[in-house]
Amino acid sequence: MSAPNASGWKPGTPVQDHNAMAGPDTVTGNRALMLEEPLIFEIGTTETTGVDLPEPQSGSNRLGGLDRSEKIGLPGLSEPETIRHYTRLSRQNYAIDLGLFPLGSCTMKHNPRLNEKVARMPGFADVHPLQPVDTVRGALEVVNELAHWLIELTAMHGVAMSPKAGAHGELCGILCIRAALEARGDAREVILVPESAHGTNPATAAFAGYRVEDIPANSDGRVDLEALKARLGPDVAGVMITNPNTCGLFERDMKAISDAVHEAGGFVYCDGANFNAIVGKVRPGDLGVDAMHINLHKTFSTPHGGGGPGSGPVVLSEALSPYGPLPFTARTKDGVVHLVEEENAAEFEHTKAFGRMTAFHGQMGMFTRALAYILSHGADGLRQVAEDAVLNANYILRSLEDVLDAPFGHSGPCMHEALFGDKGFAEDVSTLDLAKALIDEGYHPMTMYFPLVVHGAMLVEPTETESKAALDQFIGALRSVAERAKAGDESLKTAPHYAPRRRLDETLAARKPILAWEEPNPPGGAPSMSEQDGR
Amino acid sequence: MRYLPLTDADRSAMLEKIGAPDVDALFVDVPEEARLDGPIHGLPMHASEMAVEKRMRRLSKKNLAAADAAFFLGAGAYKHHVPASVDHIIQRGEFLTAYTPYQPEIAQGTLQMLFEFQSQVAHLYGCAVANASMYDGSTACWEAVAMAGRIARGKKRKVVLSGALHPHYAEVVKTMAKFTDDEIAHARPAMQAAPDNEGLIARIDDDTASVVVQYPDILGRVTDLAPIAEAAHAKGALLIVVNTEPVALGALKSPGEMGADIVVGEGQSIGVGLQFGGPYLGLFAVRDPKHVRMMPGRLCGETQDAEGKRGYVLTLSTREQHIRREKATSNICTNSGLCALAFSVHMTLLGEAGLRRLAMENHRLACIAADRLAKVPGISVLNDSFFNEFTIRLGTDARTVVRKLAKQDVLAGVSLGRLFPEHADLADGLIVAVTETTTEEDIETLAAALGEVLA
Amino acid sequence: MARYFTDEHEWIDLEGNTATVGITDYAQGQLGDIVFVELPDVGAMVEKGKDAAVVESVKAASDVYAPLSGEVVEVNENLDEDPALVNSSPEEDGWFFKMTVSDKSELEGLMDDKAYKSFCDGL
Repeated sequence: MSAPNASGWKPGTPVQDHNAMAGPDTVTGNRALMLEEPLIFEIGTTETTGVDLPEPQSGSNRLGGLDRSEKIGLPGLSEPETIRHYTRLSRQNYAIDLGLFPLGSCTMKHNPRLNEKVARMPGFADVHPLQPVDTVRGALEVVNELAHWLIELTAMHGVAMSPKAGAHGELCGILCIRAALEARGDAREVILVPESAHGTNPATAAFAGYRVEDIPANSDGRVDLEALKARLGPDVAGVMITNPNTCGLFERDMKAISDAVHEAGGFVYCDGANFNAIVGKVRPGDLGVDAMHINLHKTFSTPHGGGGPGSGPVVLSEALSPYGPLPFTARTKDGVVHLVEEENAAEFEHTKAFGRMTAFHGQMGMFTRALAYILSHGADGLRQVAEDAVLNANYILRSLEDVLDAPFGHSGPCMHEALFGDKGFAEDVSTLDLAKALIDEGYHPMTMYFPLVVHGAMLVEPTETESKAALDQFIGALRSVAERAKAGDESLKTAPHYAPRRRLDETLAARKPILAWEEPNPPGGAPSMSEQDGR
Repeated sequence: MRYLPLTDADRSAMLEKIGAPDVDALFVDVPEEARLDGPIHGLPMHASEMAVEKRMRRLSKKNLAAADAAFFLGAGAYKHHVPASVDHIIQRGEFLTAYTPYQPEIAQGTLQMLFEFQSQVAHLYGCAVANASMYDGSTACWEAVAMAGRIARGKKRKVVLSGALHPHYAEVVKTMAKFTDDEIAHARPAMQAAPDNEGLIARIDDDTASVVVQYPDILGRVTDLAPIAEAAHAKGALLIVVNTEPVALGALKSPGEMGADIVVGEGQSIGVGLQFGGPYLGLFAVRDPKHVRMMPGRLCGETQDAEGKRGYVLTLSTREQHIRREKATSNICTNSGLCALAFSVHMTLLGEAGLRRLAMENHRLACIAADRLAKVPGISVLNDSFFNEFTIRLGTDARTVVRKLAKQDVLAGVSLGRLFPEHADLADGLIVAVTETTTEEDIETLAAALGEVLA
Repeated sequence: MARYFTDEHEWIDLEGNTATVGITDYAQGQLGDIVFVELPDVGAMVEKGKDAAVVESVKAASDVYAPLSGEVVEVNENLDEDPALVNSSPEEDGWFFKMTVSDKSELEGLMDDKAYKSFCDGL
């Protein structure tokens, strides 16, 4: 095995008894830069504030006699204490800024800081969604321009910009399909979803009132076209296909799938979660897709923020565009960009909208970032994004397939992510153990146990923003951990050893849920959970 | 390209390792006819940071920023001062560039923050449990309606919406209900000094699964929710209370105290900023812990690690789509994590003392504004009660007035014509919001400008 | 009293016209640590082969199908407080619900103790 470090330093086998290495316990519980931090409820008080505001003056009160007299129980901290609290917390997080984040299907790539700066320009950050449209034409231009590029990049006909995240976009697309079917008086009940699909797909179809049926996969990890064709019929509203799929493979038969679905009177929803692998190279519209959401936080690198906000515009085919939700933007021949809402929809010949998905116009703060990203990369850069993402993933696949089982390694190149399974691990070592050991090596683990079609799945997505040196170090680390998994190294089962916390007891958390801070002595007000629920 | 670290030499070496002649060989599974030969039509080639910034700044300048106007817009989004520390914290890479905390050992920062956030929201709303956030207030409102439907186990189909619910929120509920067979009973808002609680209560029947009321309502009015809660509960329905201005709850009784079962709202006022409508922060809480397992969205809970140290994890995940798939409580996957952080940092800076002062300062200035505007000939104030937002009647089309005033950099408020274009009799109404950012000089400017245009 | 088993790993104790239903030791072993059991409402009519309860571990939720058709007359409220009973005593204290049996012919084809044991051995 080559040294994972360019410097030639090679880590030894992890020490079994790490406590022997860790030195004595400290009085504070801190370990040098690893700092423990209490809850704000334990260090703050309801009298402390870090904001200078005037003392309440006596004056008129028109609160209708509903003054809040009971204690609220919100702790405050001074500004320095606040900064320190959150800074200390931040240091307990792994992040892209710290290292390679190989979370398959989640696309954890570098977040350019220009985009943060742009999103904070007052003309974008400090405008109200209900300002008179003449005072927000620049903001509407941003929405419209981004919409334009999304349509061009996908060869589609229209785009709904308002969905707030990928799953919200899925719902938007499925509701467009439902509206289109209802408009032609064709009530259909079933949406077909591959077994390998992300959980949002079946959840979305069910939320939109459809029954979900599985489409089987064939042995090379793709949709079984013949099985799909056999199931199509007058009750099938559509299919939801992820392409590139969750096994990291391009659905070669996509066009044939679309043709068959259309032939049977249904629509094709494409989950665009993995669009980053093909952006600038392949246009989904050319493959017969009717609707596809685009996770701006994946393909166009708006920050994940520890779990959102996302943004999920949905591009639509000519057949579905008339049903897209309000509001949206439209540019007239004079170059002016308009906001199209319920009242002026008829003027813009958009009378069949299925409704409104959210109060305002969508995730403006994400639109500005995504547009800055698209303009920065340009036509040549976006293509390079896809190529480098795919190159990096294949490099990982081929560098590790001798030590990790690659169930679809024979199916040709992967796209933007490499899929491995747990075959060959010692009997009592699981994918989870390997993942936790990777934490000790300084990495966030890959996506685990997804897709469900591979036992002990490990889905590795390096993204295009990693250097070859970073990939080589990661490959070295994963190789070492994989070898330990095969050898049945006991220390894997107690990993991580060096993280701010050891393995956390999720069973305890679920059996006796503690979901909010409880005052040690409840001072009235809202009853604590322990009182109400006997917990 | 500044965001792509691979060199051509790297690419060649890697292709060699892979055993592919060129990168196109990796796209072999894409059918030839679907491959794009040339660049995307019309999209320029890559651009420098300086060039992109310049272009975006030009677009930014075409908008009138709230800070550059005498600003009185509300109706679901409010302009508040956000302390500089908030933006500093949310730009720390460890928060900004982290993922959903699925690996708790290396995500305690986000998880502890979410636990604190949930606790803050639960206290603010007078509830037992809040989740880790939703997309925004309007989608949280629909999710609450859907949750009440689940609790009724599909045996009750009717949802009674108050006429004074934000019309965009009502529109979202109606849109979604089309696909779930829920029956929506929605009245139109009445231009009265106090909301029509009797009328609302009269619409609650045995088939009602939930009643949705906004507090303070779209016209800014506040009302005791206890009688509505009692009436709903008497029919076996749940009371859902929507709040679009969390600062109000520093002055007003919490919905939980008055018997609301599910409290949802928009958290944008605290820490998030206006952002032309998004991203915002959906808040979602339940008063009774027994309803927790019916809730949508992520939940963070306390537990211990293998050494007995306190730590936090995402929990009760079997409600969610990644496990339950088509039987999940919602299809929601993400939350609004970074906005929740902004909210939590701002709320920690405020603390209870600061929140109460902030609320009273908002109310004080709103009272001054209401009194001042009432003196303008032609204007009458509709509300008996309000927090920081109230409705005035201009006796003429308010929307036209708003547009005229915008030309003088006075953003006078949200006209009812903008929100309810189908109701001509509401057209002379203007919702005016006043916050701590409003100066008495701004109020004078507005009064003078309105006086001039109405004269 | 007779005990029957289904191939969905449920056990049924029949006493007169009332059946007590739970999941087997084999099933709890497969599921791992049980964190929550969602029980039907008392008075609910359940149908053989259709969803009646849900049993949850940390990372999975499994439907429990009604082994017979009838009306739910009692549920094990102890499981609310202590779902771990399903792990520690699956075939006694960890019972799920009691139901009336509307059609005794549905018992035909269920397994007895011995048959179920060899069924599990074959898995």
